[in-house]
Parts: sequence; C-alpha cells; structure tokens
Amino acid sequence: MSSVLRSGWGVLGLIAASAISMVTCDAKNTPAPAPAPAPAATGETSADEIVVGHYGSMTGSEATFGQSTDNGIRLAISEINAAGGVNGKQVRLITYDTKGDSGEAGKAVTRLITNDKVTAVLGEVASSLSLAGGAVCQQYGVPMISPSSTNPRVTQGKDFVFRVCFTDDFQAFGVAKFTKENLKLTKAAILYDQKQAYSKGLRDDFKKAFTTMGGTIVIDQAYSGGDTDYSAQLNAIKAKGPEIVFVPGYYTDGANIAIQARKAGLTVPLIGGDGWDSEQLGKIAGDAIVGCYFSNHSAPDQPSMQTFIGKYKAEHSNQIPDALAGLGYDAANLLFDAMKRAKSLSGKDLRDSIAATQGFKGVTGTISMDKNRNAKKALVIVQLKKDAAGVVTPAFVVGVEPSEK
Amino acid sequence: MSSLRENAKKLTPGLGETLVRGVWPFAAILLAALLMQFGLKPALGDGGAFYTKLVLDCGIAITLAVSLTMVNGFTGQFSMGHAAFMAVGAYAAAGIMYYGSARVLGTENFADPGAHAGLISTMLSDRQGADGSGVPLVSGADLLFLGAVLVGGLAAAGCGYLVGLPSLRLRGDYLAIVTLGFGEIVRVLIQSQTTDSLYDVQEIKAKAWYELPKYLGGPVGFTGLPFYTSLFWVFLFCGLTVLVAYRLKESTFGRAFLSIREDEIAAEAMGVDTTRYKVRAFVISAFFAGVAGGLYAHTVGVQLNAGELGFVKSFDIIIMVVLGGLGSISGAAIAAVILTLLPEALRDVAQYRMVAYALALITIMILRPQGLLGVHEVWNREAWPWLRKKRK
Repeated sequence: MSSVLRSGWGVLGLIAASAISMVTCDAKNTPAPAPAPAPAATGETSADEIVVGHYGSMTGSEATFGQSTDNGIRLAISEINAAGGVNGKQVRLITYDTKGDSGEAGKAVTRLITNDKVTAVLGEVASSLSLAGGAVCQQYGVPMISPSSTNPRVTQGKDFVFRVCFTDDFQAFGVAKFTKENLKLTKAAILYDQKQAYSKGLRDDFKKAFTTMGGTIVIDQAYSGGDTDYSAQLNAIKAKGPEIVFVPGYYTDGANIAIQARKAGLTVPLIGGDGWDSEQLGKIAGDAIVGCYFSNHSAPDQPSMQTFIGKYKAEHSNQIPDALAGLGYDAANLLFDAMKRAKSLSGKDLRDSIAATQGFKGVTGTISMDKNRNAKKALVIVQLKKDAAGVVTPAFVVGVEPSEK
Repeated sequence: MSSLRENAKKLTPGLGETLVRGVWPFAAILLAALLMQFGLKPALGDGGAFYTKLVLDCGIAITLAVSLTMVNGFTGQFSMGHAAFMAVGAYAAAGIMYYGSARVLGTENFADPGAHAGLISTMLSDRQGADGSGVPLVSGADLLFLGAVLVGGLAAAGCGYLVGLPSLRLRGDYLAIVTLGFGEIVRVLIQSQTTDSLYDVQEIKAKAWYELPKYLGGPVGFTGLPFYTSLFWVFLFCGLTVLVAYRLKESTFGRAFLSIREDEIAAEAMGVDTTRYKVRAFVISAFFAGVAGGLYAHTVGVQLNAGELGFVKSFDIIIMVVLGGLGSISGAAIAAVILTLLPEALRDVAQYRMVAYALALITIMILRPQGLLGVHEVWNREAWPWLRKKRK
C-alpha cells in the first residue's frame, strides 16, 4: 500500500512543484522591469503613454530580419515622440525575441498582450511566426500589423491581423510580368526551396502566372534550404537552356546558387523574390550576382526612400536600410496614423481604424488596406549593380502597380 | 505446499483493496487536473494568462521529458527521435480534430473552440458564457479532442514499434543515428508530401476521407487548428505519464528495463528478452510523446510546423532528461519545468538570453554531472546525500 500512496503523492508532489515554481516565477516577474527607460514601467499602461509590442527574430538564422525591422520601428517611435507623441501620449516599445521559432513567437505575443498590456503588436517577418503570433492576437482581440509577412494565409480569417506589404501571389505575378513583358523572355527555369513555405508558394504562383502569360517553364528543380551543393540541379537546368532562372528563396541560398551557377557555366540572369533583400546577398555572391534581378518592397534609390535613408543612416552608423527596415518604419507609422483617427484605443476601435486606412504615404509606397486586411501597394523590380565603391547594391528597374493584375 | 498456497492467498489483495489501489491514483490525477483547470486558472485571473500559458507549457514539457525517460533513462537506449514521435502524434491528432470537427459539426465556425468547447477545454476566460452560463462542462467536441489525442498517441506508438523492431538490435551510437534518421524522414515526409490545409467547410466535406491526409499543411505548417488544449487535458495526461513511468520503474516489467540499462549481457543471461523489452519501452514512450504532440498542436500560440519538430526539439527533450538525471522521473519533470521557465525568466537580458541559458546548463552539469537527482527520485532519501549525512 505504501508504494501506492507514494505514487499518488509523487503525482501530487510534481504538480505542486510545478505550481510552486510557477508562482515563484510569478512573484519574480510582477514588477516586470521592462527593457525601457520609462519610470512607470510596471507592465501596465499608464495614462500618459501607449505601449506597443514588437516580436521578431533578434537572434537565430534570420536575425538580420528582426533587427532591421526593430531599427525601423524604433526610428518611427523616436520621431513621433519627438513630435509630441500620439494624441499627446508618448509611445513606448517593448521588443521580444522569437529566435525564429513559432512556439517562442506565441509565448512572446502572449506575454506582450497579457503581461505588458500592449495596445497593438507589430511583427513578424517570417510568415510561419506571424501565423503563430496572429492567432494569439486574434484570441485576445489586439490588433497586429505584420510589416513583411507575404504568405496569403497570415491574414486569412483573422480580422485583427493586418500587413503593410504585398502578398506572394502578387509578387509572383510581378516577377512573371517583368520577365515576360520587360525582359521579353519566354523560357524560364525554377529552382526553389522545398523546405520553405514562402519559396514553395512563390514557385506555385509564378508557374501559374507565367504560363498564363504564354511563357514556358522548361524545368522545375528543388533544393533544401541550407544545402551547400547545387551543382546537380544547376547542370540539369543548364541542359534545358532556359533564358532566366527564378530562384525564390532566402539570401544565403540565393547567393550560393549564383556563385555555383556561374561556375557551372550557367550565365543567364537569375531572378528572386524579396527574400533576397539583404546586404549579405552582395557580400557573399560578389560579381556572380551582378546583373541579376529580384522583386522587392522598395528600392534604395527610389525618391520616397531618400529622407528615410538619411535618417536611418544618421542613427545607425551609416548603414543602408534594407526594405525590412522601411516596412517596420511604415508599419509603426501606419499604426500611429490609425491611432490618431481611432475613436478610442480599444482593440476593436483601433482595428476598425487600421482597416479604414486609405492612401497612407509610407516610405515603401502608398498603402491602402483591402477588405482582406492586406496592403494594396506597388512592388519594384531591382537589378543588382556595382556602385562606384565596388559594392553590389540593388537599383530600381521598374515598378508594378496592384491595378495591373 | 499448502502453506505456500496460503501465503500466496494472504498476499493477494482482496477485491476492495484492488479497486482502491487501482483507482485512487487515477482519481488523484483527475482531481489535480480539475483543480488546475478550475482552481489555478481563475486564481491567476485574466492578467495571469501568460503564467497560465507557462504552466501549460511546463505540463507538456514534463510529459515529453518523462516519456523520454522511459527509453533514455530506464532502458539506457539513446533515442534522438523523440520529437518525431511528437510530430506523428501532433499531425495525427490535428488532422482528426480539424477535419473531424469540420465533418461532424459541419458549420463555418467548426475550428472555433469558443463556439464548441466545453468549460473543460477553455483556456480563455473572456469567451462568451465563461461564467458558466450556457456552456457545458464537457461538450461533444471535447470528446472528439480526447479521441484525437489518444489516436495521435497510438499512431506514434505504432511508429515506435516500427522503428523499434529493426533498430533496437543496434546499440549506442548506431541506435542514435537510426532514431535521428527516423526523425528527419518524418519531417521531410510531412513537409514535402502534404500541402496547405483546407479552410472551407464545404470543400472539406466534398473530399473523400482518404484524400484529407494530403492537406496537413506542408511547409507552411498546419494552420487554423482549434485551440482545445487546456490545463485540464495537459495535467491529466501529464499525471498519467508520470504514474505510468512510476509504476513501470517499481514493477517487474520496469526492472527488466533497468537491468538492460545496467548490463545488457547480464540481463540476457537472467532470461530478459532484451529486444522485446526495448521495443516495449519504445512503444510506451512513443505513445506519450504522441499524446504530448497532440496537446502541443492545439495550444494557443503554437503554429504546428514539422520544421520545428526536428532534431533540435529532440535535443531539447534529451537535455531535460540528462539534466534531471538519467532514470529519475521527478528529476526529468523538475528539469522540464526549469528549462521551460528559464528562457522566459531571462527575457530581460535580451540578446544574451540564450548565452545565459547555455551557461546555466553548463554550470548545472559541472556541479551535478549525474544530473539533478541522479537515478533517484525526489522522495528517495538517496537523492539528498547531505541530509542523510546529518542524520548520522
């Protein structure tokens, strides 16, 4: 009998232990020293400030995504605070790291909403993380704006989740249209990352759009993100003689593919999506990537970007902002604009106000929310060129308006 | 002879005692789970929703760690594919729950637990009728969820059997490689062979049931899953896992596991069918991993994605088991709680969070190389050597 008793006690003991450790954690966290200089930082929204949360991959393999976005958001916040805040209230930002893991994203957003009582949430870049965070925001009725998640699923069926970027189907359409009408090429090959939803989605949509326009896909090859050898796929592609290769993927893979493609004697241009947007692309690939194209949210040499680039450079030791920084800046400013127009800062009022946004002038373009809470805005096609200093930088080629689709 | 029989009779418990013995731990677990759901959750209140989530995560982590203890701790086999069993359970449960509720409920809001779940599966207190009015304690959808989670566990157990059969004739490093390979196969199969989940209820109804496994989400992950996982379910299964592990450890059956860990050749010489016992350990362990996976998939703030249930997740669970002490149930559970809470407690140091986390791990392993509790349990005096010395 004693062993039976013991087993029962064991179970109870374990549950008690977990409860106790939880409570101690609770006790430790209640005075929540939020990482911000504000004195009234008790995790509660005080009367004279508005707390906004940001969750992003500040560490991990896509760390530049989260950091750039955070820089953009912080720039917008320091500007609005210098100008007197939103409706006379100062804005305070709380940023939590997701490590690029969706479970962490869910936890971070839950903490932002229930513990720090944020008014609105900004984030994430990666679509799978925005899906996790968006579900939490939807549950608690707190508006969320994703700066740069392009997967159509992110906002689907969630009336509190918005984005300030275009979706993948429009991006694929833009790339297909540019290839067919501007470059006048009809034979395309595809090399996509079968592990990434983003890459697979772009490939599917591009295939559809390009064949409808009368082009042909001569070969469709796959790789797995993080591969180091692409020679088999590239040789297969070369044998089919395409005029252009569409490589929807992230920048590290894109750069390595470019290097190996040139080695394999494949000299046709490559074209990518907004996942290529990082200064690392040019740094890794060097000359191999020069002359290639990719579609993006904005180009650094666009007129609307110039003042933003100036401000960003001043703040971040002459670094040139990528499109993600611009999108973070736009997401934050669009949120402030909606806050100014909203009847109150309650979740529902703020949501309706964001949904009513029309013709907002952001640095990455003019943004209007459609009925599915996606931004209707133009995309740009950029070409990688060497500037005077020998650095590979993207240069504006052509814009594609949403009305063209 | 007759005295022997008499002795045996004396030792055999009566019907009443058997019932009490058999039922009481389960009753205790059920009570504890109900207390967690209806006592702890309101006590933490709405503002404590974040802490409620942490408690829930701890429960799932304990289930995972304790189930892995059965293989890595008791039997001494090094499995690196625990997250794969979790993935199998998660996807099986998610598929049944998502498409099952679409078929059974047949309404547009089939994936909204707010409209269908009973109080027992409710995590959010601001839902309609949360004061108890008009919401049943247990609804049909909750039973479907229970069934889905159990089927997920069985599916994982089936995989455990399949992997176990050929690979348990291998030892040490070779077994580790096979289980690692299994994990990668599961991940790649789910990512490459399935495609986006269906949203529209009419579309789901139009598909034959055998077509549905194709729509488990692919690389995007299974989106739109209803959130039925509550403190009640988590601590019900967590308690069951701990109970089974404890009963195993203290039974003849489990002693066979332990003997394999201590010395496989000696165990075989004593008549222990080592391969069979290893397969059994794998199957039981995989079952609970599958259950934990099913619970994990339906948690608020989790986006089920096979890419995140790869070997990195397996390592996370292995770390819990090793940190707690290989073979210690309570040790694994305590380590699971610590490792779940630590990253959250360290949030304030921002970028250095993971560095601090790793440092904490290294420090513990240097100070306690045998793990927090070694092979002992929290309630064993052997786990507290310094206390014992004082008593002398």
